[in-house]
Amino acid sequence: MADDRDRDGTEVAVAEFHKKIKEAFEVFDHESNSTVDVREVGTIIRSLGCCPSEGELHDLIAEVEEEEPTGYIRFEKFLPVMTEVLLERRYRPIPEDILLRAFEVLDPAKRGFLTKGELIKYMTEEASLQVSYPCTHSDRAEWCFTRWVLGRRLAMKMEPSGMNHCP
Amino acid sequence: MGCGTSSATEDKKSEKALKAALVIQNWYRGYRARLKTRQRYALTIFQSIEYADEQGQLQLSKFFSFMLENYTRVQEKEPGLVTRLFGSSIQDKDRQDYLGLLEVPDSYCGPRLQFPLTFTDIDLLIEAFKQQQILHAYYVLEVLFETKRVLQQMPNFTHTRTSPSKEITICGDLHGKLDDLFLIFYKNGLPSASNPYVFNGDFVDRGKNSMEILMILFVSFLVYPNDLHLNRGNHEDFMMNMRYGFTKEILHKYKLHGKKILQILEEVYTWLPIGTIIDNEVLVIHGGISESTDLNLLHRLERNKMRSVLMPPIPMDGDCAEKKNKLGTTSLLGIRTSGSFSEQLTKQEWEQVVDILWSDPRGKRGCYPNTNRGGGCYFGPDVTAKILNKYHLKMLVRSHECKPDGYEICHDGKVITIFSASNYYEEGSNRGAYIRMSYGTTPRFFQYQITRATCFRPLYQRVNAIESSAIRMLKERMISRKTDLTRAFQLQDRNKSGKLSMGQWAFSMENVLGLNLPWRSLSSHLVTTDKDGNIDYMSGFQDVHIQKPVKEVQSTLIETVYRYRSDLQIIFNIIDSDHSGLISMEEFRCMWKLFKSHYSVHIDDSQFDELAERMDLNKDGSIDFNEFLKAFYVVHKFDKLNKSDNKLA
Repeated sequence: MADDRDRDGTEVAVAEFHKKIKEAFEVFDHESNSTVDVREVGTIIRSLGCCPSEGELHDLIAEVEEEEPTGYIRFEKFLPVMTEVLLERRYRPIPEDILLRAFEVLDPAKRGFLTKGELIKYMTEEASLQVSYPCTHSDRAEWCFTRWVLGRRLAMKMEPSGMNHCP
Repeated sequence: MGCGTSSATEDKKSEKALKAALVIQNWYRGYRARLKTRQRYALTIFQSIEYADEQGQLQLSKFFSFMLENYTRVQEKEPGLVTRLFGSSIQDKDRQDYLGLLEVPDSYCGPRLQFPLTFTDIDLLIEAFKQQQILHAYYVLEVLFETKRVLQQMPNFTHTRTSPSKEITICGDLHGKLDDLFLIFYKNGLPSASNPYVFNGDFVDRGKNSMEILMILFVSFLVYPNDLHLNRGNHEDFMMNMRYGFTKEILHKYKLHGKKILQILEEVYTWLPIGTIIDNEVLVIHGGISESTDLNLLHRLERNKMRSVLMPPIPMDGDCAEKKNKLGTTSLLGIRTSGSFSEQLTKQEWEQVVDILWSDPRGKRGCYPNTNRGGGCYFGPDVTAKILNKYHLKMLVRSHECKPDGYEICHDGKVITIFSASNYYEEGSNRGAYIRMSYGTTPRFFQYQITRATCFRPLYQRVNAIESSAIRMLKERMISRKTDLTRAFQLQDRNKSGKLSMGQWAFSMENVLGLNLPWRSLSSHLVTTDKDGNIDYMSGFQDVHIQKPVKEVQSTLIETVYRYRSDLQIIFNIIDSDHSGLISMEEFRCMWKLFKSHYSVHIDDSQFDELAERMDLNKDGSIDFNEFLKAFYVVHKFDKLNKSDNKLA
């Protein structure tokens, strides 16, 4: 959610970025000791409006990790790296029309939807080449067993499941 | 059309499909992350507000202490008030006094218990409660008396042993959520000699079936006193119940005999054990520990003297003892809070118990006062290690804090938090969990989440629901501090533009409300921002207002009463010792005066008098305070429902 005005990186803008990053970080800092689990870093970065690919995320994590990885990321290391990312407006989210076209590629028959089975196939086969964060079971389950609508203009619906997701 | 071209096309197609899939995956992960973050923000809001409320208790507790310590002065000014306030209507009545005249009519078609109780009675109760029947007051009282009698024989800490063939199950807070208890029994089996349980406090308040949970637990305890262990939680406290809903539930379900039930319950609570020790290794207590926790002291003290966290022991001096002799039996010292010297715990003992019931573990080393809650402390991993070593224990199992997954492990695996009320804040807010363990094996966790629907709504809908619920609560907070917030905003708004920068707005919000929340991220839900990124600070109050019960009265007064309504409710409930729901105008007025001075509320007395006059609808000199407080509710502009009194305990 970085705005155009902040491109000049004035002190005020940087200070505001710092506060925003701190807020996002603190919400996942369960122990209130300025650290977060490394597995939540992706979520934090994405919540700040950035959409890095898996590889880019991997690199970012490497930058903020300790010399000897502890499984935790400290705020002192996270802050400067994330501030740069926001200032440089890196990893911008994909525009909606590109996203729509991506769906259209997978739906050559132009039905306007993808079935559960097709999505599973594409996500696991095609996308499995992207390493590091395997699609967890719950990710997939949510993806496949959830009916959703994308944005206002895109009307891609999944077939309703009606499955009783085991709590 | 040859093989060559078609395979090239195939490759190209496949590459395109891969790229498309990656784009979608990338987008989805971002979408998912944003949902997760919104969910976390909502939980943070719920939690901060919950703890801020508990902190408010500290002030109330100080108010009561102030009243007790200044008894003579207060007595002189308003004779009878303090006695009325703290005068005990509890004498040591026996069973006959309560049950003697009570009968279960033939027309009663609810469950009928048979004493001595057996496992059939447990089944009976469960079946009946599933059909939403209400247990007759006669049986409730019988169960309470029996429970008190049996508990009195138990030590402060229950010691129990497990074996590979006899695992024990530990459950955390239930808070009146009967469905969760049913689910636990369904998944894990009913309590029995071969299926022991520990219920780690906070059985009541907030949920709407606290009474049913209590009855099931107490009856199970009476049937299996050596295999069903109950620990006291911070909500097993008659004053907490006044604020958080159990008192209201009882008076609603038992209109005729609720008063009696409340009286006995108060005592039963004090006899609940402080904790359970399993295999001499695992300490199970509701809250936590402090660096000065002394298990030997805790084993020895007389636990039944701990009546409420809001009634700390008052310092005794010669002066007070004098008064006792002068004023006779209805003196300060003959009352429910303290009684004579020997009827109180020492300050040190009392603090030890509060620490056990209220403390929270944190990552920071050391031990600090728990300012969030206003009682107990925050204890670090070093404190855990020190205390566990001191008493040759291996692990601490506690509850008291809601965790998104129902449980959490911290302090190097030495502290486990177990919380068994799923959807505690709101449908979809968190899972519940329980632990199964036995000596020498790793504890196993079982999670669950109750849902009304037969299948889960999509994640985004669930997140929307808890988010809007959290934002509502936050807005109600804001409106209750409107005057203070407006003043703070205007102080920073030098050129009276009606706007502040994000930083300025966030600063004021945090300062005035005292809630450590991600204000920048929440701002889009609370206020309108212009294209320059500046905030129209008064827009936060637009969709919400407190219903004015009386037009002529100033908003500051309305705001104040709304803000302190929970505290006032407790105070009124205590004055109204016969639970009639009415107090006299005189009492109402002088209570307000005392409250005002202690809480440093600056409101003209005449304003208040005016309000009180108008609220005395039948002009008979008495005020129905429940009606009075109900009149102060917040209206959300886009609400279909009018009353939001679900937050009124």
